[in-house]
Amino acid sequence: MSKLIATRAIRGAHKLVTRAEKELKKAIEKKGPQTKVEFPNTGYYLPISHGILGKKIDTLGGLTELLEEAKKLLPPIPEKKLWLPYLGHTIDAGMATLFADEIIEAVKYTQDPLPYLPKPNPEEGHLWLGAASDVIMRERGIEFVDGTAPGFAVCVGYCPSNEIAVKIARELQEKNLYVFMSAETEGKSMAKQLQEEGIQMGWETRLVPFGADVTACIHSLGFATRVALSFGGAKPGDYQRVLHYNKNRVFAFVLAFGPVDDEKHAQAAGAINYGFPTIAETDIDNILPTGICTYEHVVSPVSHEKIVAKAIEVRGLKITITKVPIPVPFGPAFQGERVRKEDLYVELAGQPNPGFEFLTSKELDEVEDGKIEIIGPEIDEVKESSQIPLAIWVEVAGREMLPDFEPILERQIHDFINCANGVFHMGQRDINWVRISKEAKQKGFKFKHFGSILHAKLHGEYGKIFDKVQIKIYTREKEILELINVARKVYYQRDARLADMTDEAVDTFYSCALCQSFAPNHVCIITPERSGLCGAYNWLDGKAAYQISPTGPNQPVKKGKVIDGVKGQWEDINEFVFNSSHKTLEFFNAYSIVEHPMTSCGCFECISCVLPSTNGIMTVYRDYAGMTPIGMKFSTMAGTVGGGVQTPGFIGHSKQYIWSKKFISAEGGAKRIVWMNRNLKEEMEPVLREIGEREGIENFYDKIADETAAITEEEVFKYITKMNHPALSMAPLF
Amino acid sequence: MSKKSIDGSVNHLLENNKQKSLETVWDRSDQQKPRCGFGERGLCCHNCYMGPCRINPSGKKPQKGVCGATAEVIVARNFARMIAGGAAAHSDHGREVAKTLLLAANNPDSSYSIKDVNKLNKVAKVLGICFQDRSKEEIAAEVAEKVLENFGKQDGEVSFIKMAPETRQARWGQLGIVPRGIDREIVEMMHRTTMGVDHDHRNIMLHGARTALADGWGGSMIATELQDILFGTPSPLRGQVNLGVLSETDVNIIVHGHEPILSEMLVLASQEQELIDLAKSKGATGINLAGICCTANEILLRHGVPIAGNILQQELAVSTGAVEAMVVDVQCIMPSLSEVCKCYHTQLITTSTKAKIEGAKHLEFTEKNALKNAKKIIKEAILNFPNRGNVDIPKEKMDLIAGFSHEAIIYMLGGTFRGSYVPLNDNIINGRIKGVAGVVGCCNPKVTHDQGHVSLVEELIANDILVVQTGCSAIACAKAGFLLPESADKYAGKGLAEVCNAVGMPPVLHSGSCVDNSRILIALSEMAKIGGLGKDISDLPVAGAAPEWMSEKAISIGQYFVASGVFTVFGIGLPVQGSQVFCRHIFEEFEGLFGGMWAAEPDIKKMAGLIINHINKKREKLGISKAKERVLYDMEMRRGLEV
Repeated sequence: MSKLIATRAIRGAHKLVTRAEKELKKAIEKKGPQTKVEFPNTGYYLPISHGILGKKIDTLGGLTELLEEAKKLLPPIPEKKLWLPYLGHTIDAGMATLFADEIIEAVKYTQDPLPYLPKPNPEEGHLWLGAASDVIMRERGIEFVDGTAPGFAVCVGYCPSNEIAVKIARELQEKNLYVFMSAETEGKSMAKQLQEEGIQMGWETRLVPFGADVTACIHSLGFATRVALSFGGAKPGDYQRVLHYNKNRVFAFVLAFGPVDDEKHAQAAGAINYGFPTIAETDIDNILPTGICTYEHVVSPVSHEKIVAKAIEVRGLKITITKVPIPVPFGPAFQGERVRKEDLYVELAGQPNPGFEFLTSKELDEVEDGKIEIIGPEIDEVKESSQIPLAIWVEVAGREMLPDFEPILERQIHDFINCANGVFHMGQRDINWVRISKEAKQKGFKFKHFGSILHAKLHGEYGKIFDKVQIKIYTREKEILELINVARKVYYQRDARLADMTDEAVDTFYSCALCQSFAPNHVCIITPERSGLCGAYNWLDGKAAYQISPTGPNQPVKKGKVIDGVKGQWEDINEFVFNSSHKTLEFFNAYSIVEHPMTSCGCFECISCVLPSTNGIMTVYRDYAGMTPIGMKFSTMAGTVGGGVQTPGFIGHSKQYIWSKKFISAEGGAKRIVWMNRNLKEEMEPVLREIGEREGIENFYDKIADETAAITEEEVFKYITKMNHPALSMAPLF
Repeated sequence: MSKKSIDGSVNHLLENNKQKSLETVWDRSDQQKPRCGFGERGLCCHNCYMGPCRINPSGKKPQKGVCGATAEVIVARNFARMIAGGAAAHSDHGREVAKTLLLAANNPDSSYSIKDVNKLNKVAKVLGICFQDRSKEEIAAEVAEKVLENFGKQDGEVSFIKMAPETRQARWGQLGIVPRGIDREIVEMMHRTTMGVDHDHRNIMLHGARTALADGWGGSMIATELQDILFGTPSPLRGQVNLGVLSETDVNIIVHGHEPILSEMLVLASQEQELIDLAKSKGATGINLAGICCTANEILLRHGVPIAGNILQQELAVSTGAVEAMVVDVQCIMPSLSEVCKCYHTQLITTSTKAKIEGAKHLEFTEKNALKNAKKIIKEAILNFPNRGNVDIPKEKMDLIAGFSHEAIIYMLGGTFRGSYVPLNDNIINGRIKGVAGVVGCCNPKVTHDQGHVSLVEELIANDILVVQTGCSAIACAKAGFLLPESADKYAGKGLAEVCNAVGMPPVLHSGSCVDNSRILIALSEMAKIGGLGKDISDLPVAGAAPEWMSEKAISIGQYFVASGVFTVFGIGLPVQGSQVFCRHIFEEFEGLFGGMWAAEPDIKKMAGLIINHINKKREKLGISKAKERVLYDMEMRRGLEV
């Protein structure tokens, strides 16, 4: 019965709180109470104490406050006879456990060397990653909001064998779930089992090894807390919203493998606070009645064959995945997977072999649905480690299909093929590059399976706009060289069509309210010259999405009367935005950063903001974790700009927008950029050089400072003065 | 009736008392046989001296009183006057508590203080009183003044009505029965039922509902909420019950009655070292305070003070010869105690100016000198210890878990951060729990003592109905062991047992004294508000019962539950059965008016059947009578969920 679970969880909580007290005391004695504590590269305070209690803890001394809270919550251990109700106590013991975990983990970050590798993926000799940085948070957290990732599995302990560990990991990945691993038992853990099997782990493959310690479970719940704070509109300390948001949005659960000790019971109790149930492989008893979680709270024993399916049922999760008939696992979790040289069976296209990908529409009677042809050798006809050319030629037909959709569907080839386990895909159009691993080949993966993937996935996601699709896979140079020019001609035409498309040339823009579930007062307006700030949607995408789903989040919005053509303000757009921002935003200027700029949800690729003394702006990409000249890190700026709030002087935008002629055109455009973080600057080099040419500025690229030249506004000013940056001679920004 | 009680301690002492020719409630009950058939059926009217009049229940003459009152008018008037009597008792109790809160707020030297600030703030919020950046005394004073206004108000509505679901408030509004002021409704009830005023039984009962609501959502709720502020909101704790809790070696003091204003102080005083030393100096090992009746429930729930027994055990407690003092305040105190005490060394001490008994020692208890008075009372008892003669303490005693206030239930179902009624509603929806029944009320020597309570509760929990209890009914079931957490596996149906085991609770929840029935009203409102089980209390699969009732207070409680939408069934019989017209009105027509209605059923098996049927009927109406497929959520559906 449940009393056993309660007893063990409460006992575990007592042990962990005692341990936290001891370790904290030791750390304070050694390093002093003023020693800073934070999870690296996070703009937030420690997530649990901040999210649940609203506490802003940033020193070792501050952690004593959290310890007191944990102690206050510690309930008595249930008596053998005549016990008092223990469910509420158990749940509280769980929260006390999370507080203790956070103390213990925070103390770890004051150690030298760090016990964790603060990067997205493990490296040689460093398996455990610890807390997720803000960059990961922004990139990955959103997947829990838009549904890309339905939830996560907190895996504790170890599986009966390495083989089973791999099987369970694959099963979870195929269901698009993240796998968070922590809490080893007797030195064994699922993450180590995967490591022994050479499985690629890290945020990119959704297999995240948090930490060996049982307290590292906190990084899963910390992540969940931050999802609620960042995307769920929960205010720090509003524990009800933080916890309910997780219960009803983030469908996570705990999988306990092998023996479950008191401390692991305590973690499970902590997770119940978030509505995350525990499914255990060994018999640890049950808590079946529902209420705090959506369904059961603890279910055991469940054999490893059934544990994933059972967990999904217990959590109340419906996962609809298009079944792809290929012999290797398939899912977005495999998108980030690489195929290393030593694992490589065959490399297709890329340099020096020619290749391209192309999707075009045909008449209905010209296409035989599901037909896959291989022109050239199949995989078993090529030798190991060979490099061969590859073209993927897709023909679709359907009454709803429009030429505008072709590039949109074509762009999916990368995403879809990359989802196959053991297949690596990069690039697009005529810069495609594919690798297939020995393991995939051994499992029976063939070139024709590119076709199987595309057939299944294109139908699964775009079935509404076409009826039939056939695929030709070319692996022989002769045909590829003949066809590549046909494709290139179309690529050119498409580019020209979009490049020529100006905001003035259309009478309709598209809205995007995809993110309103977490930023309810924000609505994006996507124009031909200003793509969505997440970088995922341009005007054509909006148009196509509307046609595919007429009641969906992308709606056509007529521009109406022009109020200000320079700043970018239109009568009907204002009215639409006012209504769909729940009457919080009366108007905005699409092309201005200073005066009533467009709002942001929180998904922006970049943030630009005014650096007043330079008469210019700085632009920072979201993966830059360092300090910027405005005196804030990206994550702090994101807090200022996101959530549908109009913040004059700040905008969130896509990378693509920088290239646009409408990029802050009200203030003179991209030539105002005086600082960029180095990675972004390097990536954008061709664009920046083009802007320089367009504006007639010599060496514009070099005139822009980056963090290697300047990290304070003053240094930026010095730098651009030295470089004679055009911003200095432009009209004052204010 | 083979045995007087199902409680061995009672039968044992009765047997001994018989040998000693000591008269008890059962003897006097027998002496009243045969009872007046007119009175039992509610057909006797003595509201004016043209009478007394009675209506012939066989249909023969007379069918009217001297004034022309028909059976239904006479029955209605009598019934309504019982409501007024009960409402007056609870409300006067509430008034005393409010006055004590005001004293505690304004007088730092008083023996009372504000113990539960959370509850104070919660109540202040309901009353629309600002509680931020103010001292607890300031808030408490304003709370006390505001609720004291509730008694004398002429218009508007009683404050706590706001705690009811909105649909319920709207229904009361449409019926014109929202109580305006507590005293006003009671006075008007007495006026309407005096000679020559209201002669429409339906109209009388509408005001009967208004008067009862002034009790449940007025006086009783004021008593409960303010007692929590003053003495702490109960949470689950261990206790013991039955006459076996009396000590052979300690000074035994029994506190009996209803108002914790007295008993709380006795608890404090009994812990004073100086008095314990005094007890020891008199040859005792210490001081043992135990309770009887509702004041016992109050101090059990807040301090774990043992309960010696329920109402019918008051004389028997004395007859153990082990009680140095029986301290009483108000309500349910039998005047016979005086006679019984004379046979032993027991000192009967009355404390309320409202309740004196010939032969008792009166030590006036005033709130102003509360602790001083309490110490004096305890001292009196200690000094009586050397006079103790032979003792005969029954061995019967039972452990129990009590303390299930509304707030404790919320906590119990999810802790500090996730506590709510959701798990309760959820498990009602999924059918593990079929419904909830409040089993409350008195004991009555007309039927085997405790049997009605115990048999009914046993049947209900076996059918997966969670039982919430107060008053003497709770004491009866505690003695039977239903309040042990282990009883879930022993007595409860599979589904209910599963929930009990998940929560660690017994299948029978002891929520307090008879004014604490207001806790049940709040709990029902919360169930309706939380969702999934309709929008009003009358939609819920719940019922109420008082299987062994006897007091006017029980009638008032029954009427406010019915008027709040709860099907309520009383055992033994109701003094209304002389008029079929009236019976049809409150048993059937009430459902259309209030969504809840009365029933009377002396057969306990049948009573359980009525409750189970009613709960099933409600489940069917809610569409939860059959198991449903588990809903699995995709992202789109999740977006539809509230966060």
